[in-house]
Amino acid sequence: MPMDDLLSEFLTETTESLDVVDMELVKFEQEPNNAGILDNIFRLVHTIKGTCGFLGLPRLEALAHAAETLMGNYRDGAPVTQDGVSLILQSIDRIKEIMGELEANETEPEGSDEDLITQLDRISAGGCASEDDSAPAASAPVEAAPEPKATPSDVAPPAPKAGEATLDELEAAFAAAPSPEGMDVSPEAAAGVMAEAASSSQQVDDAAPEMAAAPEPEAEPEAEPEVAEAPREAPPEAKAASKDGPVKNQSIRVNVETLEHLMTMVSELVLTRNQLLEMVRRLDDSEFKVPLQRLSTVTAELQDGVMKTRMQPIGNAWQKLPRIVRDLANELDKKIDLQMHGADTELDRQVLELIKDPLTHMVRNSADHGLETTADRVKAGKPEIGVVKLSAYHEGGHIIIEITDDGAGLNTEKVKAKIIDNGLATQAELDQMTEAQIHRFIFKAGFSTAAVVTSVSGRGVGMDVVRTNIELIGGIVDVKSETGTGSTFFIKIPLTLAIVSALIVESSGQRFAIPQLSVVELVRTHNNADHRIEMINDTPVLRLRNKLLPLMALSKLLDLQMAENVLTDAVPEAMVPAEAPAIEAAIDEVEADSQEAPAEEVQAMPVPAEEVAGNSEPAKENADDNLFVVVIQVGAQLFGVVVDSVFDTEEIVVKPMSSMLRDISLFSGNTILGDGSVIMIIDPNGIAQSVAQTTSSTDTAEIEDEKHLTANDDTTAMLVFRAASEEPKAVPLSLVTRLEEIDAAEIERANGRDLVQYRGVLMPLVYISEETQRKTEGQQPVLVFSDQERSMGLVVDEIVDIVEDKLNIEIKADDMPGMIGSAVIKEKATEILDIGYFIEQAFDDWMEQREGVSLARGARLLLVDDSAFFRNMLAPLLSASGYSVTLAESAKQALDLKDRGIQFDIIVSDIEMPEMDGITFAETLRGDPVWKDTPIIALSSHTAPHIIERSRQAGFIDFVGKFDRQGLMESIKDCSTQLGAAA
Amino acid sequence: MSDIVNLEHGVDQSAEEYITVMIADQLFGMPILEVQDVFMPETVTEVPLASQDVAGVLNLRGRIVTAIDMRKRLGLPDLEENKPRMAVGIESNGESYGLIIDKVGEVHRLSDETFEVNPANLDPRWVAISAGVHRLDGSLMVVIDVEKVLAQKETVIAA
Repeated sequence: MPMDDLLSEFLTETTESLDVVDMELVKFEQEPNNAGILDNIFRLVHTIKGTCGFLGLPRLEALAHAAETLMGNYRDGAPVTQDGVSLILQSIDRIKEIMGELEANETEPEGSDEDLITQLDRISAGGCASEDDSAPAASAPVEAAPEPKATPSDVAPPAPKAGEATLDELEAAFAAAPSPEGMDVSPEAAAGVMAEAASSSQQVDDAAPEMAAAPEPEAEPEAEPEVAEAPREAPPEAKAASKDGPVKNQSIRVNVETLEHLMTMVSELVLTRNQLLEMVRRLDDSEFKVPLQRLSTVTAELQDGVMKTRMQPIGNAWQKLPRIVRDLANELDKKIDLQMHGADTELDRQVLELIKDPLTHMVRNSADHGLETTADRVKAGKPEIGVVKLSAYHEGGHIIIEITDDGAGLNTEKVKAKIIDNGLATQAELDQMTEAQIHRFIFKAGFSTAAVVTSVSGRGVGMDVVRTNIELIGGIVDVKSETGTGSTFFIKIPLTLAIVSALIVESSGQRFAIPQLSVVELVRTHNNADHRIEMINDTPVLRLRNKLLPLMALSKLLDLQMAENVLTDAVPEAMVPAEAPAIEAAIDEVEADSQEAPAEEVQAMPVPAEEVAGNSEPAKENADDNLFVVVIQVGAQLFGVVVDSVFDTEEIVVKPMSSMLRDISLFSGNTILGDGSVIMIIDPNGIAQSVAQTTSSTDTAEIEDEKHLTANDDTTAMLVFRAASEEPKAVPLSLVTRLEEIDAAEIERANGRDLVQYRGVLMPLVYISEETQRKTEGQQPVLVFSDQERSMGLVVDEIVDIVEDKLNIEIKADDMPGMIGSAVIKEKATEILDIGYFIEQAFDDWMEQREGVSLARGARLLLVDDSAFFRNMLAPLLSASGYSVTLAESAKQALDLKDRGIQFDIIVSDIEMPEMDGITFAETLRGDPVWKDTPIIALSSHTAPHIIERSRQAGFIDFVGKFDRQGLMESIKDCSTQLGAAA
Repeated sequence: MSDIVNLEHGVDQSAEEYITVMIADQLFGMPILEVQDVFMPETVTEVPLASQDVAGVLNLRGRIVTAIDMRKRLGLPDLEENKPRMAVGIESNGESYGLIIDKVGEVHRLSDETFEVNPANLDPRWVAISAGVHRLDGSLMVVIDVEKVLAQKETVIAA
């Protein structure tokens, strides 16, 4: 059905055009002498008119024609009046209405537009009845036409000299404006066209008075087609003249469905890849490893690419705002300047759709409530024109949108009164709150600051709805306001909803995913530790940094029972709940320095999946003793969700719940994990609603916290503990595999050494020094370090904290065995342990027993790293594995070694280094004959795909995460094996 | 087990092909065109807070399938534990569902002549999923109306 196709094409195109017209018209009203804008509008409306005629849509055609006529007059220099523009805007609204019907019924609706057409014609005819009272227009006449043609009789004779100049200028600009087709034409030809355009416009000019006298539809087309053609042949270089023109040749239209399908397929691919990775991870030495890594990178890139196709500039959501603000300004009799920055900031179209309405509402609010009336502004000594500024930018995986007005700011006293009136808080409570906390009440349900309910806002839809909508997509909203100078609203939303990073937790034997975005920190509770769950009238709470955190048990929220599912016998190994303390090292007490921080820490933990999965002891026994609290923030609400254990973070593909299950508000979707099982994704908003009643006391949780507590790339998560002496000691958290508490009675002594049965094997225990207390009863805390199948337990007295801090090792402790040096952590001098030393102690046979060591023995290895810490950390490990290690503090130092003619078998280099970075270093080496063939392994804390790709191009043969000790050892082993084979 | 027997292609215009399934001791039939596949439901994840007749969700070749326990839906006692169960995969509006039944039988080609509407005294929970009954030699086959199965959810709990 070709007609239908045509029609739908027309509808899509016209809707887009109309949105542009809307925006351009508002701009035009402000700059009536900008011929470029007028031309753009004129052309768009003209196209609409033409297409309507072609498709046989008389109503639309007539309306578009009348509007076009009026605009034609403006283009010919008639003064632009506010009434006129309003009328055109109304006509465009009507056109939209008709189009809506057209879309629904495929025919034009019955009805007449005589009302609008008559008015349009009247103004076109010069009957500008209201011209005199339209102050803004009068104050901004067409610049190049100093003698505005006030009456039609003035227009009738050939335009006066000044008018002609205007016309020429107008036409020149007209011709210069790019057309959608943007045909290339030689300059000479263009010149001719310009002349033609000028003459044709003369005709228009002549035609205009005729039309003014008798506005018949036929009067115009005579002249119009030529004019419309002129821009089509505009010289290409003229494109730069107008930035407003659309540029279309770089893009194609793709059906949204196609994109969605593509996205689904990529999601499937991601899942399959995760599954494969999971499988290969269990195999020790698999030939699939390398191609799988490649597949992994490619998949990540593909995912990136497809996500990009879903990205749309946020400006799309802003398109209607200028019009809204303009109408608002008229209605409220304010002068408003809407500024928009970062309109090209992109975000997922799904997210875009969802924030459109909240954004519109907030801009309306700023214009209505935020800005004072003109009179008030003048009184306050501010410029008459109020500014509403909208800006968007990326920050991390988020997009930040700010809506700023330079109005009066929130009236704290009024807000307070309102809070008390509505019973949201008591005076006493308010007295203890900061201004910012009070301001946040405007997001509470049933709050509206406008003393007078205007037609604009305050229709019962308050900021609470805005907040709800934003939180629905995992965003947060906040306000900062200063009396007298204005308010700023911040919206922080995720870029996409399709793939999220989630924390996998377990409760009552079932696993669930909690989106990382809302997880602030993880706390491990213990009956006899600092963090223990306390009860107030059977309501669990947790003391967390001098605040009470309301807790909800996930099992209770979800009404979970341990009852055996009929089908659980078919559950594979991997689904069996792991022992609770599996990765508690990462979790024991994570000082959340930012929302992202805990995620990184958990991820950085080397917890091989098989260790989590392989241990099938049920977690029930110490159910109350060892629980984890996932601290979640939703908006300003902070609460803890109690779970039995925490596994890992995973990138999950969010799949919607089937419609049969969609009404369960606690789940936002489900997903397939790497092991193939399906788990539910918890919706933090849903939980927040369940907890809502209990949170008034903690509602004050500062969103600001987030801002000053930014995670720094240079920081290292350190596990601080006490052992042997009072001074705190620390090891990088990433090196610790687990924290365990071992029953002291289970410690056995054999061969002069303490051992404990751990996961089916004997694990040697090592003491920091002889002074370490040996407990004979009770629980003995132990740090477990694992290297391949071997584990070693370091006995400590007490685990103090996990601290994210900049690591700056100050004193090299030569005299103290097992110490790398001291560093100031949390303002306390802390000794940093050399784990390599203790591993040697635990396994004096370490070297003999290590597989592949014979090949490695003697292999000369150069380690280049600017961080003393890493050099000191890795060197003993590498030596212990049989390599002969040379250290270099910088690339330059390494190159010096090269120049001195020293040869190495393998080079391991950091990527991020001052002066010469690893990439440059590798490139230098590849270009140099001496070390050209020495394999070089990259070490970096950034494992972003593009960095990996870059380092590969630079000549690194492998890329290992800085904390992936095991990965590094394997990579080096592979390298030396190849060397051995080659030799 | 999952073999579907005898996919014969007759010529009778008014006839329709059904896959027969057993739930408890009753023979049911589902229009073959509605059935996507037949599989063994493994590793079904329970969905907390879902209505009782939702057995859970499972991963079937990368798709998430919502499994409906037909015994629960029909108000029948649970199948003894450890007995293998089967599921019939169906699709609706791009979503995948699996009806968990006891076992799958064969394919029957049945004409309108043997079809009857639901008997008036049938249990309402059965009526809620049944399109009618086919009189077969020696047994009666209740026709499962897939749309009806997927449409209702709350009524089951009430019943």
